[in-house]
Amino acid sequence: MARALSPRRQLITTIAAWSVALLIFFPVLWMILTSFKTEPSAVAMPPEFLSADWTLENYAEVWARSDYPRFFWNSVVISVGSTLLGLVVAVPAAWAMAFVPGRRTKDLLMWMLSTKMMPAVAVMIPLYLLFQRLGLIDTKFGLVIALMLMNLPIIVWMLYTYFKEIPGEILEAARMDGASLWNEIVHVLTPMALPGIASTMLLNIILAWNEAFWTIVLTTTKAAPLSAFIASFSAPQGLFYAKLSAASAMAILPILILGWFSQKQLVRGLTFGAVK
Amino acid sequence: MGKIELTKVRKSFGDVDVIPGIDLTIENGEFVVFVGPSGCGKSTLLRLIAGLEDTTSGTIEIDGKDATNLPPAKRGLAMVFQSYALYPHMTVRKNIAFPLKMAGMDQAEQDRRVERAAKVLNLATYLDRRPGQLSGGQRQRVAIGRAIVREPAAFLFDEPLSNLDAALRVGMRQEISELHQSLKTTMIYVTHDQVEAMTMADKIVVLNAGRIEQVGAPLELYNHPRNLFVACFIGSPKMNVIEGAEAAKHNAHSIGIRPEHITVGDGPWEGVVGLSEHLGSDSFLKVAVEGIGTLTVRAPGEIHAHHGDRIRLAPAGKIHRFDAQGLAL
Repeated sequence: MARALSPRRQLITTIAAWSVALLIFFPVLWMILTSFKTEPSAVAMPPEFLSADWTLENYAEVWARSDYPRFFWNSVVISVGSTLLGLVVAVPAAWAMAFVPGRRTKDLLMWMLSTKMMPAVAVMIPLYLLFQRLGLIDTKFGLVIALMLMNLPIIVWMLYTYFKEIPGEILEAARMDGASLWNEIVHVLTPMALPGIASTMLLNIILAWNEAFWTIVLTTTKAAPLSAFIASFSAPQGLFYAKLSAASAMAILPILILGWFSQKQLVRGLTFGAVK
Repeated sequence: MGKIELTKVRKSFGDVDVIPGIDLTIENGEFVVFVGPSGCGKSTLLRLIAGLEDTTSGTIEIDGKDATNLPPAKRGLAMVFQSYALYPHMTVRKNIAFPLKMAGMDQAEQDRRVERAAKVLNLATYLDRRPGQLSGGQRQRVAIGRAIVREPAAFLFDEPLSNLDAALRVGMRQEISELHQSLKTTMIYVTHDQVEAMTMADKIVVLNAGRIEQVGAPLELYNHPRNLFVACFIGSPKMNVIEGAEAAKHNAHSIGIRPEHITVGDGPWEGVVGLSEHLGSDSFLKVAVEGIGTLTVRAPGEIHAHHGDRIRLAPAGKIHRFDAQGLAL
């Protein structure tokens, strides 16, 4: 039931909400402001909130010093590729768990998710050696596989939650209507779960886009995506905060735009099943 | 064709025997109703015939061919579900055409059959709507349309009317019966509503705890129930069961007398009216009779009998006799 708020309460709530939002957004805001400052102004103490000398020089230099389009393209291939490959594996897996569950299905799901609780660094050396032997280091294909495996538990879990909401009788009806398993998944399950599949896709593209640990460990130059591109500005000659900020802003901009336009799908994806 | 034969069909879920072993023959063109209380296994039995559940043992033959291990799609049966189970993302036209598309039928033939089914079921003006834009009755018609276009060997209905309101249920009941008259295809219909069973069936199968209690025509079950369970399950309100001295007078462990077979007026039994329900056409009275117990009586609608009134009752119809095991004598 909706409760009527008094104007004073409404004001307090609004201020509180804006404060929390600003607190969360502050690092991003600070990064964007810094990206337009000169290097001395970026490290000035006390911090200069509104610098006197705004400049676009950092962006120009970052663009000139590196091959931004290549990093951008690598990010697109890796994040979209790993998500699509993940869906190909996860749709049948989630189908099986949702519609023909065994006695241990819940345990299996929990076990899969528990792999996400393990610190990535714990498997860094074995995975690195494996990738080296297979010649997958610094290849986009290698990263697609690695990120797909890292995010697979989340994709399966999200799809499983969506599929559970689809009445089993509809799939049985499709079976009675002569649909093979393939037809049942393609013509009935997938279109019905499309909103869920879309939000799963979006969330995983964002996760893969922002993945830094594995992209830095498993790439050097050729396959490096934007997360590695940012890291390259914090390397040998010392820290250049203004340029680093400009690089970061350029790295997050595409995914920020994608996220902005798909807000509705994302929120639905993250809160799905919370309220029936 | 659509003869279905079940031989020693058993189904268990883990250690629980839901259906301990059933033999049943459904003749071609028959309208068979599976009826029984909740949890009696009637839906499970239907799902076994459909192939949506695997049998634990026993065989299911459809038109003389062993179909026990065939997937649902290969059995040539069509099913109408309680929840309608329409594809929400497809239009009515696509919903009805879906089984034809799955069968690889050419587009012209698909269109022809969909149009014909839509005409029969009065759906022609709704073909381009989605299920979400239809009422319950219309959705159920679409589900039936989807079943009839396939021209199946038999139709399976799993409590198809229980989500509809009372008035619509009566209308749809008649439509399904008329459909059976015109198609003359075997229909198996699951319900817990004995009015549906009595009005629609050629043959009723009464199930209890996974076992068949009796198979027969509606009036046969009404007039000659094989045991107390069938006697009490068929007929509304439920048959009165009397034990003790009154039963002994008829050389039985218990006797059963239907509410419509007791008259109010002169008679050997005297009692006090408890609850009286006046429906207009009939009045149902609960009468506490000394030495016998509470009897339900179906009296004429105009009767003036109210709570606390003393009345006399007389048996005026068949008295069913049962032994200690509840079997009819």
